[in-house]
Formats: sequence, C-alpha cells, structure tokens
Amino acid sequence: MIEAKEITVRFGAAAALRDVSLDLAPGRRLGVVGESGCGKSMLGLALMGMLPDAARLSGSLSVDGKEMAMASDRDWRALRARRVAMIFQEPLAALNPLRRVGETVMEPLRRHLGLDRDAARARALDLFEETGIQDPAAKLRQYPHELSGGQRQRVLIALALACDPGLLIADEPTTALDAHVGLRITDLLVRLARDRGMALMFISHDLAAVARTAEDLVVMYGGEIVERGATAEVLADPQHPYTQGLLAARPPLAAGHLRERLAVIPGTVPGLMHLPEGCRFSGRCAVEMAHCATVRPLERATGPFRSAACHLIGGER
Amino acid sequence: MQIFLIRRSLGFLATLFAISVIVFLVMNVLPGDPAVTILGIDSTEDARAALRAELGLDRPIWLRYGDWVWGAVRGDFGTSYFFRVPVSELIAERLPLTLSLAGLAMLATVLLGVTLGIVAAANHGRTGDWLIMVLSQLGIAVPAFWLSILLVLLFAVKLRWLPPGGFPGWDEPVLALRSLVLPTVALALVQSAVLARVTRSSALEVMRLDFVRTARATGLPPGRIWGRHILPNALVPIVTIVGMQVAAVVTGTIVIENVFYLPGLGRLVFQSIANRDLFTVQALVVMFAGIVVTANFLVDIAYALIDPRLKGRLA
Amino acid sequence: MRRRQVNLWLGAALVGLMTAVALVSLFWTPYDVTQLTISRKFEPPSPTNWLGTDQLGRDVVSLLMAASVNSLTVAFVAVGIGGSIGTALGLAASAWGGWVETLVMRLADLGFAFPALLFAIMLAAAFGPSLGNAILAIAFINIPIFARVARGAANQVWTRDFVLAGQVAGLGRLRLTVDHILPNIAAPIIVQATIEFAVAILAEAALSYLGLGAQPPLPSWGRMLAEAQTLMYLAPELAIYPGLCIIAAVLGFGLLGDGLRDVTDPRLTRARA
Ligand SMILES: Nc1ncnc2c1ncn2[C@@H]1O[C@H](COP(=O)(O)OP(=O)(O)OP(=O)(O)O)[C@@H](O)[C@H]1O
Ligand SMILES: [Mg+2]
Repeated sequence: MIEAKEITVRFGAAAALRDVSLDLAPGRRLGVVGESGCGKSMLGLALMGMLPDAARLSGSLSVDGKEMAMASDRDWRALRARRVAMIFQEPLAALNPLRRVGETVMEPLRRHLGLDRDAARARALDLFEETGIQDPAAKLRQYPHELSGGQRQRVLIALALACDPGLLIADEPTTALDAHVGLRITDLLVRLARDRGMALMFISHDLAAVARTAEDLVVMYGGEIVERGATAEVLADPQHPYTQGLLAARPPLAAGHLRERLAVIPGTVPGLMHLPEGCRFSGRCAVEMAHCATVRPLERATGPFRSAACHLIGGER
Repeated sequence: MQIFLIRRSLGFLATLFAISVIVFLVMNVLPGDPAVTILGIDSTEDARAALRAELGLDRPIWLRYGDWVWGAVRGDFGTSYFFRVPVSELIAERLPLTLSLAGLAMLATVLLGVTLGIVAAANHGRTGDWLIMVLSQLGIAVPAFWLSILLVLLFAVKLRWLPPGGFPGWDEPVLALRSLVLPTVALALVQSAVLARVTRSSALEVMRLDFVRTARATGLPPGRIWGRHILPNALVPIVTIVGMQVAAVVTGTIVIENVFYLPGLGRLVFQSIANRDLFTVQALVVMFAGIVVTANFLVDIAYALIDPRLKGRLA
Repeated sequence: MRRRQVNLWLGAALVGLMTAVALVSLFWTPYDVTQLTISRKFEPPSPTNWLGTDQLGRDVVSLLMAASVNSLTVAFVAVGIGGSIGTALGLAASAWGGWVETLVMRLADLGFAFPALLFAIMLAAAFGPSLGNAILAIAFINIPIFARVARGAANQVWTRDFVLAGQVAGLGRLRLTVDHILPNIAAPIIVQATIEFAVAILAEAALSYLGLGAQPPLPSWGRMLAEAQTLMYLAPELAIYPGLCIIAAVLGFGLLGDGLRDVTDPRLTRARA
C-alpha cells in the first residue's frame, strides 16, 4: 500500500522528519507513538500529500506502487479522493460548522463516486450506521454543533470511509474525547479496518490505545523512527532507551488511564533547530555514550521484523 | 428565530421613527422659521405669513410633525415649493436612475472586491497578494469624485469611448448603460478596495481552520473548497462590510451624480438645496437615511441565515 | 511584523510632511494666493511656478499649500469636537451602566444612520452651506464612533484590579473615570482619532467639492477640484494635483493609525469594522 524510503521533511534548515522509511501492507494496522512534536502528524500529512506550503519533502514515497514524492497536487487529490483518508484530533473544529453533517459526508460521494443525491444520501446513511451513529437518519440533518464529541468523530470517520479508502490515517483521534468514548472510537477503528480489509495508521501519544489497535508499532523521536516491530513484542521487550523510557513512564495498562501523557522521561524534547546531529535522543538518554551526540546510529535488525536505531544495539559501532 | 425577527423589526421601526424626528427637528425646528429658510432673510413679513398659512406652518409643531409622518407613511411627502409638484412625483421620476447606479455599483463592488480578496488570500505572502494589498491601501485613500474626474479625462476627453456625463433616459437602454459605466466604476473601485481587504483577512482566518484541512483530506479540488467551505464561513465579516457599503454607495451616488450630471435623487438634493426647497430635501434625507438603516437591518437578518449556530442562539 | 513598521513610518513621514507644509504656509507661500493675475492664467509648470498657474493666474503650489491648512484644521476641529463628546459619552456609559449605557449605545446606533454627507445636506438646507456646517456634520458622525470605542475600552479597564481597589476605597465614578479610566483608554482613542482624521479629510474634500464646505475664496483641495472639473478641456492637469494631495493626506493618517494600532495593541479591532 505504502512504501516510504528515507523521507525527509524540512522547514528551511530544520528537519521535522529525517530519513523515515516505512512499509505499510494493505490491511495492516500500524501504530505510531512518540512525544509531542516528534513528527507524527508530519508523517501522516506527508503520506496525504498535505504538508504545509513551507515544507520541503525529499526521499521516495510510493503509494499503490506509484511514486508520489514529486507528484502534482492533482495526482494527490485523486489519491485522497479514493485511496488514502485521514481523520484528525479535534472533531468539532474538523467539521464545517455551516453545513449539515449529512451534506458534508455526501459531498465526496457525489463528487468522487458520481452518485446522485438520493444514492449519496442512502450511502451516507449506511456509513453512519456502520460507524455506529445512533438514529442516523436524523443525524444526517444535524449541524456539527448539535452533536457530541464522539458522534462528531464518528461522522468524520464516516466521511473518511466514504469512498472506500485502502488506508485510513487516524491522527490522535481520541485525544479530545472522554476516555470511555475514546475507547469505543478506538475499537470502532479496529473493527472497520478488519471488516473492510483497510490499512490503518493509528497515531497516538498513548501506548495503551496503540496496544489495543495496532499489530505493528513504530516509535518516533525527533523526526526519526527509533524502534519498530510487532506491537506486542516492542511493548514486552523495548530495545531503544527511548522506548524503554516511554514504557517506564506509562501508567499501568489495565487501569485504563488512556489519556495519560508520556512525559516522565527526564528533560523535554528540544526544538527542531536544537536537535543533536547524531542520535536525536542524546542529551536525554540515560545510557548515553561519548559519540552518541555526533554519530548517527543506523537502524539495525534485532529480530524478524524488528529493529532499533541505537549505538548500544548490535554491540559494535 | 421568529422572536429574533420580531425584535429586530421593532428595533428597525423604532430607528426609522427616531430618524424622522431628528430630520424634522434639524430642518424644521432648529433654524427657527421655515418660512424664512424658504423665502430668505430679505423676504417681507407679509410674504412669510402668507407662506406659513399656505404650508400650514402656523400650526403647532407636533401637529406638523404628525401630518408629515402620516403623509410619508402613505407615500405623500408634500408639495415641492419650487417645482410645484408633489415631492413623491419628483422622487419617482429620479429613483430608477439612482437605484440602478447604486445597484450596478454594489454588484461591481462585490464581484471585484470578493474576487480580489480571494486571489490575495489564496496567494498569501506572494507577489499577487502584496500587489493587491498595496493597491487596495491606495484605493481606500482615493476620493471617488476625484477618480471620476480622472476617468472622464481618460475615457471621455482623451479616448472618447464613453460620454463624460449626462443621461439620455431609459428609452435608449444601450446609451443609458454606457453613460452609467464610468459612474459605476468610480463608485465600485474605491469600495471594492475596502471589500478586498476584508475578504482577504476573513478568508485567511478561515483557511487556517481544521475543517478546511478535512475538506482537503477528502480530495476536494480548490474551487470546491473555496466555494463550499472557506467562503461561506468567511461570509459574516464580508456581509457586515457589504451592509456598510450599501450606505456608502447610496450616499456616494449623491456625489457621483453631481460629478456626472446624472438626473437622479442626488442631483435633486442639490437642486433643492439651491432652490431652498425645504420639504424636498427633507424627504430625500429621510429616504437616504432609511435606505442606510434598511441595509443594516437586512445584514442582521442575513447573519441568522448564514450561521445555523446563531439561529439556535437567537430563537 | 516588518510590514506594520513600514506602515507606521510611511504614515508618520506623510503626516509629518503634510503638517510641516501646512505650518509653513501659515507664514509663507511662494506666491500670495489672494493675488489674482489674470494675465498669467494657465501658465505651464516653470522654475518659478513649479506646477504652473490656475485660471485666475494664482500659483498652484501656493494654493495647494494653503489648502492643506484648511484640510488639517477641519479634520482637527471636527475630530476634536466629535471625539471629545463621543469619548465623554462612552465613558459615561461605561461608568454608570444601566439605562445610561443603553441610551448612549442606542443613540450611537442611530448616529450611524446619518453619513456625514446626509448630515451636511440637512444643515446646508436649513442654514445654508458653510464650512462651519461641514465641520459640524463631520464632528457629528465621529460621536457614535468614539462613544463605542471609549465604552468598549473603558469596560475592560473597569474590571482591572487598581480600579476595583479605587472603588473599594470609596472613590466616586467620576473621580475614577478621570483619574484612572481615561489615561488607560488613551491609546485606542488616539489610534481611532488618527484613523478618523483620514476619514475627515476625505469627507471635507467631498463636501467642499460639492459646495457644502469651504466657500470661496478659502483655498481647499475639494473646491479646487470642483473648479478644475469645469476647466477639464482647458487645463486637465489642474484636476490632478489636489487629488494627489488628498490621497497623500488620507493615506498618511490611515497608515499612521494602522501602524499605531498594531504597535499599541495588536488585538485591538477596529470599532467600525
Ligand atoms: N509550518 C511549520 N514550520 C516549521 N516547523 C513546523 C511547522 N509545522 C510543524 N513544525 C514542526 O514540526 C515538528 C513536528 O510536528 P508534528 O505536528 O508532526 O508533531 P506531532 O508528533 O504530531 O506532535 P503532537 O503530538 O503535538 O501532535 C514540530 O517540532 C513542529 O514544531
Ligand atoms: Mg500531531
């Protein structure tokens, strides 16, 4: 579905993403975790061709086997219309306040699938049912401000699913919601991905939510992927010091503290301009060595489908 | 919504009433004796007395006010002392020209102003944006009547494409429209400079909002995103300014009609001032103020139609 | 950020230049503008008459200079009167609230129904056209504008701690308004006044052009334009210069006002917008 090779996103001299490589097979569910500002949203936006105007993308990015890194806006629009979809963090702000949500969901159906009004409405009704919106026929005619946060997020999911995308990118879809509502949204996303055979990229701060959702996991820090592998394995046996820190800082999984932030690693994430040239995590790392700040660690395989980028791994430099 | 409409309508009527009181006071009471205003200070006392009797000026003030308002409600503004015909007739003859000019100018203002504002916002930070902003900053400072003179110099005196002024009447629609081109442009250029700035800043604010990102994420083309998502949400400040511009354009026609010698209400006002035709001026001032207030009233109602969130709150 | 500074300095430069010219012309102009020399009419620009002479043989540069006094004076007096009354009303509305506030704000709403031109027309019809009536009309439209700005700004100051402390200490509303509220709303009032200066200059020009403002022989840009328009076929350039002066003045005060607003308070929104 997606093959990204050494994607770098720069704002002037600052790199928001550095040499990120990522494969996402159809139907797979991938979690992306990391602290605020580590480039998770930037990665999602890069895969949508929706980076800010000031951003410069380099590297190779292929979607459905088509090279898109240098693609025109028109090509990206075609992809966004049918193949990749994205939902965002703040569900109220993400809906046009002046339009009935039904209209909003029907818009891509009519435009991209060429359905007439009635067919689009019927399809929107199906989508509302599929995403678990109660009393869907009435909800179609309501405005965003008349819906609850969870319902709005479901509307956005319905909108994203409208044209049967092969990949749904969910950028912290539960952060703005109550814990139990967020949990249901998370489970809904998993169910939808399974039922539809759709790939899911689930971006979150929250290890517990990712553990529920994703088969695979990548951990990001400072615009790089520092560790990756099957979710269960990474969580059970974290190899990168940063991942270990994240897990140590995490509240007990069972307690359901879904919204707890991961911030107990000493220090704070430096600004983009102040990231060290070598290992991005040096300066905060508990097991740091002399060359860490200047020499970049490469990702090394540490098992089947597992890897981490740390000088401590693999023994030698 | 209904309650809102009723409340606003009552407020609107109250404003109209207050306007009529102010106009009546300023024009009939403050100067002292209207007979002197009409006949001049060198008139004889006999002539004044005769005029007072003729126009009913010897009756108590509140009766005169009552008559005037009651007449105005029925469309009777009294008789022009100078032309010796009903004021309503004078107005009816000239109203179409003034309304056409104001209407054309508003149309041109909205088309040009909103388009320029969108182009500037869509090119935010680039040369096009900068150019439009500089031009509109200049445009705001340009007096419409001076622009008119320049337009006449260029298009009528030098190039001879369009008439320098005057109006041939509606029997010749093409000629009539041709003679409205320069006045319309003069009114609209300045106003659209204002509107372009407001449209731009309002659009820029909306463009940052999340739902625009959602619309982009669903693969909609820019035209559609602008038409269905950005513009409708940018509309409230635009409508506010357009409402104020109706007032500016309508009073602007008074000036512009005099620049181009167009026989509309604006010209009538000035003839009537020169003729000391008090009642005609009085009727026209109330009319112009009424148009301004009506525009504001319509804008208030438009808000509620634009934004469903307001509709809920106003009900 | 930089563009704002450019606004401010460009505006300040234009306003400074305009004021300097007006001050100088009070004492000296290249030629006496009351001196008519018909034999020298419509002379082209020359080293002695930079912009030539008009239909009565007067030096155009001298006329433009003398007219700047008129524009600035009218703006100053009109905005001064209207601004003072409006600010006082706004302060009163804010200090006493209740029906006083409702009344002032209703009256302000009403004031917006009368653009300066309409008011000037009323006055001209009732009292005859004169510069004084034009000034009154422009002053009048400034009242509701300043009333709104002053009330809005004052309402915010009333909630501040030092004002509350003053109230607790038993100071009267009038005392508090004069001592504490007024100094703290000076910035938005000055910004508004600068912007309204631009509006007033434009209004004076229009009224004088229509014959409702400056009367002959007082030099005025608006009146010069009206005269030039009748001579359009003879001396078109005479219709250009006064317009450029108006633009420079309006642009100057407008930019200065915008610049000052951005400097004093970026969040301050224009009360009329
Ligand atoms: N327009 C921009 N110009 C410069 N830097 C930017 C811009 N947009 C984002 N960044 C930077 O890019 C980095 C990555 O941002 P991103 O939004 O991807 O973080 P995130 O991991 O999604 O964080 P969060 O969890 O807070 O959503 C941040 O450091 C941010 O400051
Ligand atoms: Mg993010």
